[in-house]
Amino acid sequence: MSRYARRRAMNYFSQAMAMAATAFGLFFMGWLMWTLIAEGAAYIDWRVFTENTPGPGSQDGGLANAIVGSLLLTAFGVLFGAPIGLLAGTYLCEFGRRSWITPVVRFINDVLLSAPSIVLGVFVYEAMVAHMGRFSGWAGAVALALIVIPVVVRTTDNMLGLVPDSMREAAAALGAPRWRVTVWIVYRAAMAGLVTGIVLATAQIIGETAPLLFTSLGNQFWNVDMNKPMPALPLVIFNFAMSPYERWQHLAWAGALLITLSVLIMNIAARVALRSRRTD
Amino acid sequence: MNTDSGQKTFAHGSVAAVRPIVWGDRAFRLTTQFFALAVLLVLAVILATLAWAAWPAFRHFGWDFLASTEWNPVTQQFGALSPMVGTLVTSLIAMLIGIPVSFGIALFITEIAPVWLRRPVGTAIELLAAIPSIIYGMWGLFVFAPFFTDYIQPLMSETLGAIPLVGVVFQGPQIGISVFNAGFILAIMVIPFIAAITRDVFDVVPRTLKESAYAMGLTRWEVIWRVVLPFTKVGVIGGIMLGLGRALGETMAVTFVIGNSHDLHLSLFMPGNTISSTLANEFTEADGELYTSSLIALGFLLFVITVIVLSFARLLLMRLERAQGGQKA
Repeated sequence: MSRYARRRAMNYFSQAMAMAATAFGLFFMGWLMWTLIAEGAAYIDWRVFTENTPGPGSQDGGLANAIVGSLLLTAFGVLFGAPIGLLAGTYLCEFGRRSWITPVVRFINDVLLSAPSIVLGVFVYEAMVAHMGRFSGWAGAVALALIVIPVVVRTTDNMLGLVPDSMREAAAALGAPRWRVTVWIVYRAAMAGLVTGIVLATAQIIGETAPLLFTSLGNQFWNVDMNKPMPALPLVIFNFAMSPYERWQHLAWAGALLITLSVLIMNIAARVALRSRRTD
Repeated sequence: MNTDSGQKTFAHGSVAAVRPIVWGDRAFRLTTQFFALAVLLVLAVILATLAWAAWPAFRHFGWDFLASTEWNPVTQQFGALSPMVGTLVTSLIAMLIGIPVSFGIALFITEIAPVWLRRPVGTAIELLAAIPSIIYGMWGLFVFAPFFTDYIQPLMSETLGAIPLVGVVFQGPQIGISVFNAGFILAIMVIPFIAAITRDVFDVVPRTLKESAYAMGLTRWEVIWRVVLPFTKVGVIGGIMLGLGRALGETMAVTFVIGNSHDLHLSLFMPGNTISSTLANEFTEADGELYTSSLIALGFLLFVITVIVLSFARLLLMRLERAQGGQKA
């Protein structure tokens, strides 16, 4: 083979492999989604939303308590985490530009962003559950908040960075104090991006299982008391999926489909919101 | 931009009228600074808390904790070797499969695909990262594992298993729950992370650099291999380390398919465990201080390992960013 032919063959080969790799990735995306729909769609009916998780061997029951528990845990997780993340991110972009703290916080925050969530669960167990002597919805919400914070810090920092300094200067030139410039001008200009960050954080924690295993623990019954163990969809899936009971397995698949759909919808919405903003 | 001094010049009233504004600024600034410092402290607090709670186990077992495969709640003997090896082996498998595939995807998206196809394909791959870990676990256990044991594993045992010496790694019972399956599913989970960063990193290569290489008559592959990759080496390694960090700490997917056995085997097709799967399975059932403490010690080790890996990843990515910023200026 001539040198030219060899180079050309290598080029075609590498491109074919790249296409195969992409097909490989897309294939698994399709396979996962197809499985979820095929296994879960048939079992999503009104009982899923109106009845509580059934006992072993029952042919009835739904996921109502787990859905409400998940919503409560997620809501409080975001409620605790988002303001902290927002304010910390504000410091990084608005006040701390020349401070030595800023690069350090950015770095640590990026590390936290990918830290294993189960370790956060162990931490909250040791810090809260072990001291209070009981598993609780609050502990679960705090564990989830620890996941929310770095996501929101990062997006806030990035989004505020996109607001041009001339806008801050214009507002300041009119005599607005610094905090008003930040709250009324900068936040408002970056609103879509800030909300997107919070939506992405929400999408991330709604399917989280590991940090809830030993913080909110799960609960078979209807419970809206955050001081008690709180049921959550991912925990129900974990317990039901490997069970020998048919109804439990069906509910696990229905729950899996519900969670995945909500996560994907939130992710796609966030992407669309960001994209339309960027092209402005 | 210093509004404090500007205020004084413009204020017609007394100093007292200005003061509330200054105080508002100071309060807002200090509040944001407080939470920024809080984020800084979170990592230290987590490490300190875990170390404190793990101390009884470390004190009781000493260095043996790292070297022992014994894990027996009845005799209160605990060693971290099996879950540590399991964590490393599953992550290694994930990297061996994930890195070339991610590289191919990044290549496809940045260089090969027609422009209209780049965004949809990129988004679809990235959405793989959004799917919760537990969903991968369910799919892995009920759909992928049976398929794998029926079709792929016999093939691997026949071909790779026949190789002398290393062949034993690919021989084993066809039960579906195994270290290899866990590693394979981890590979699919880390592909979107590595692919996304590699793609972003490839995008920073100056256009003129690539164009001049093409102008010299280089093929697409040669441009990638000899121009793009050397230029972005640091960032690509950063992306790989980030994926590794994810794989090391991933919990639910692994817990479903790895089988959770504390025995160490040569064969990849035997059940095993990882640090995170051990925590997920045993933490709520642990009775007695030493058992709980040993589990927290495992968590501490995992956290230290991932923090080191992730810090390294971020350092490399930051270095690339800086180099790139320097070039722009």
